[in-house]
Amino acid sequence: MKDFAQLFNALDQTNSTLKKVAALKEYFDKSDDSDKLWTIAILSHKRPKRTVKTTFLRQWAAELGGIPDWLFEDAYHTVGDLAESIALIVPEAESSNSKSLSEWIDTIKSLDKAPDETKKNTILNAWNSMNTSERFVFNKLITGGFRMGVSQKLMTRALAQHTEIEESELAHRLMGNWEPSSTSFHELIYSKDSAADLSKPYPFYLAYQLEGEPQELGNTKDWFAERKWDGIRGQLIVRGGELFVWSRGEELVTDRFPEFEPLKEILPDGTVLDGEIIPIKDGHPLPFGLMQKRIGRKTVSKKILEEVPIHLIAYDLLEHNDKDLRQEPMHKRRELLEDLLSQRKFERLLLSELVDFNDWQDLAEVREHSREHFCEGLMLKRKDSAYQVGRKKGDWWKWKVDPLVIDAVMIYAQKGHGRRANLYTDFTFAVWDGEQLVPFTKAYSGLTDAEMRQVDSFVKKNTIDRFGPVRSVTPELVFEIAFEGINESTRHKSGVALRFPRISRWRKDKPKEEANTLEDLKGLLKTYPR
Amino acid sequence: MPLLQFNDSGIFCEQANVYIDPWKKVDRAIITHAHADHSRWGMKHYLAHHMSIPVMKLRLGQDISVQGIEYGEKLIINGVEFSLHPAGHIPGSAQIRVSYKGETWVVSGDYKTEADGISTPFEPVKCNTFITECTFGLPVYHWKPQEEIFNEINLWWKKNKEEGLTTFITAYSLGKAQRVIKNIDASIGKIFTHGAVENTNEALRVGGLKLPETIRVERGMDKNQFKGSLVVAPPSAINSPWMKQFKPASLGIASGWMQLRGTRRRRAADRGFALSDHADWNGLLSAIKATEAETVITTHGYTNVFSKYLNEIGIRSMEEKTLFTGESIDSTEEDKLEGEAA
Ligand SMILES: [Zn+2]
Ligand SMILES: [Zn+2]
Repeated sequence: MKDFAQLFNALDQTNSTLKKVAALKEYFDKSDDSDKLWTIAILSHKRPKRTVKTTFLRQWAAELGGIPDWLFEDAYHTVGDLAESIALIVPEAESSNSKSLSEWIDTIKSLDKAPDETKKNTILNAWNSMNTSERFVFNKLITGGFRMGVSQKLMTRALAQHTEIEESELAHRLMGNWEPSSTSFHELIYSKDSAADLSKPYPFYLAYQLEGEPQELGNTKDWFAERKWDGIRGQLIVRGGELFVWSRGEELVTDRFPEFEPLKEILPDGTVLDGEIIPIKDGHPLPFGLMQKRIGRKTVSKKILEEVPIHLIAYDLLEHNDKDLRQEPMHKRRELLEDLLSQRKFERLLLSELVDFNDWQDLAEVREHSREHFCEGLMLKRKDSAYQVGRKKGDWWKWKVDPLVIDAVMIYAQKGHGRRANLYTDFTFAVWDGEQLVPFTKAYSGLTDAEMRQVDSFVKKNTIDRFGPVRSVTPELVFEIAFEGINESTRHKSGVALRFPRISRWRKDKPKEEANTLEDLKGLLKTYPR
Repeated sequence: MPLLQFNDSGIFCEQANVYIDPWKKVDRAIITHAHADHSRWGMKHYLAHHMSIPVMKLRLGQDISVQGIEYGEKLIINGVEFSLHPAGHIPGSAQIRVSYKGETWVVSGDYKTEADGISTPFEPVKCNTFITECTFGLPVYHWKPQEEIFNEINLWWKKNKEEGLTTFITAYSLGKAQRVIKNIDASIGKIFTHGAVENTNEALRVGGLKLPETIRVERGMDKNQFKGSLVVAPPSAINSPWMKQFKPASLGIASGWMQLRGTRRRRAADRGFALSDHADWNGLLSAIKATEAETVITTHGYTNVFSKYLNEIGIRSMEEKTLFTGESIDSTEEDKLEGEAA
């Protein structure tokens, strides 16, 4: 565990990707297979099953720290991270230990069905044999939510250096449904076709947002344009007579979408489609909130199947008749995709239509009207592009419409998490309804560090009341809130729910009286119906 | 009428017509220490520990009227007895004991309980009412012994030197900077200083503080000599054009706030060292208990939470609003002042 905690610190202490990769490689070089396997798992957001409730962890930590529970909670709100709060509150250890990462994980796993007393003894003994960083890492293994500041891409790069296997090949092997408990480092990295390979998706090729003018992309003849839908990116795989659906977050979500079941007979074996999973009714995509509702459910009721009918809008063909097509040019893959979908018809499987355009001006016009088509904007794909691994610049671009904006007054504040810990940076915003301010959304990201500190000090000086961690604040500061969409909502007092709200700028120039009104918000709802 | 009261101008002793660390212009001010939020400009007469005086003159002007006294020396004003006692915060920092007709109050100013090698170590003073800071008054703040932290800093400097980097560390120009300079292993390399730090070094050396040799960074210096050396600068120097001349450099921040991972990440420094001149959770509690005070008034920091806790453990406590800012790694008056001095 010492090595792993050191790795964690090394990754935490640098912003240089070069140094991060070097630290990881060094760690891989000196660790044994089971530690390597678990490290890869943790960096791929897989963790051991939770065997100890966090409420217990809080209680025990408060007890050891000799503080009342309310003080623990207060400290936790300041620190913004439970594992870290516990690591800091528990008194300094009296001993040390030399157990490895995987041995500690075995210990955690062994607590699954253990009586509470055993759990407590084990955890307390563990804490008492670890320094603060080991403790933090150990707590994270239990609570989950481990962010080590290393992307899948960097981890794969380090592993490629360690194993001398090519990076894209490794990326593919690390995809999918493997579990650290039921495989070994060797099997995962070196063995070719295991059973799990049937379900294995390809690493997604991700696009960057187009920053400049599309004219800079050159000749329009070299480009495809498609609509950018507001659903879930997914891969649909048919292999060995079975169907697998993967979300971009590398989650196997086949069971959530029984609508696709017939496709395992309709599509030929050895087919992998890339597309947007999206609910469509009466020819229109439904609000994203409904999709979220569906995803959240483990079992899909008949009612929800009717209310939120799922479709796949396919835009790429990655595997055809067992052949990996990713190195073929986009236009070729597109041709095969169109052929396939015209031969194998199924009402739930749609083709992502190409947008016709002669010049970039044309296309800019089309983009402006995206919301009316229930789209977020456009996708631009170079006709001769290969299907690459991860986020790469150059061949694929998303060209989203400008967000909707509204000026709102900040009325509640709460301390943030992570980088925003110990600063009042999570806000609730309101708009005017006559003389009243009606809260309509929460938002945090978007301010510069200097602005965050200014607002934090404003909150501290202008607190009206405290409700647990939340402070109500003198309504005075006005911010512009940007968001991608707006829906009606019965759960919110304001009657609306925003999609991806964030702070776009601080309107220091605006007095609170000039913030927008509820009527303005409802106006947007009418203009952009979903 | 309480012996000390909090009013618009500061902490006031009506009987003696004297203020402690006032934030508005008054006739007579007793100053706990020379940090900008405690020692402000515009008072007719100042009284402080003699070690504070060169720095106060540097910051507030050579022409201020200021009287210096020793720790333990008694001063009686209209029947009220005043004396200064070591606070261990920075050189010259003092707690102020105020006693009248058998009742004693102590104003802590800023303090820490660990000896830092440059300040006279903290001494608890028995009193009825203790006015305490609680900048780090949460149970997540536990400082490591400074020896451990300086071992880490030394290792970091050595490693940077091997890699051909400049080691750039930020620390308050008054107190923290000298603590770093005094305790670091000066045999590793040369120590360069930002103007604000060097001005303070000079003032403190005049007052009698012994420090290893430091070199003021000046315009037109040969940049090659920074390689492998240490540069000590105030926090305001981060991302300044001035900082660019030391590239390639590794940036470290010495501040109690570096205890939290979130703050470390927010500051985007290469290293954060949780080195503070304020008492940590246990330091505050042990100091308060040692005063045997019946009443504790909390000023800057997590006052609300800290007072609530003290009440729960049977020590009567309430918070008072002041304009003291405590240790901040973010922009403060201390910082602004240092920015100007740069
Ligand atoms: Zn101070
Ligand atoms: Zn202070």
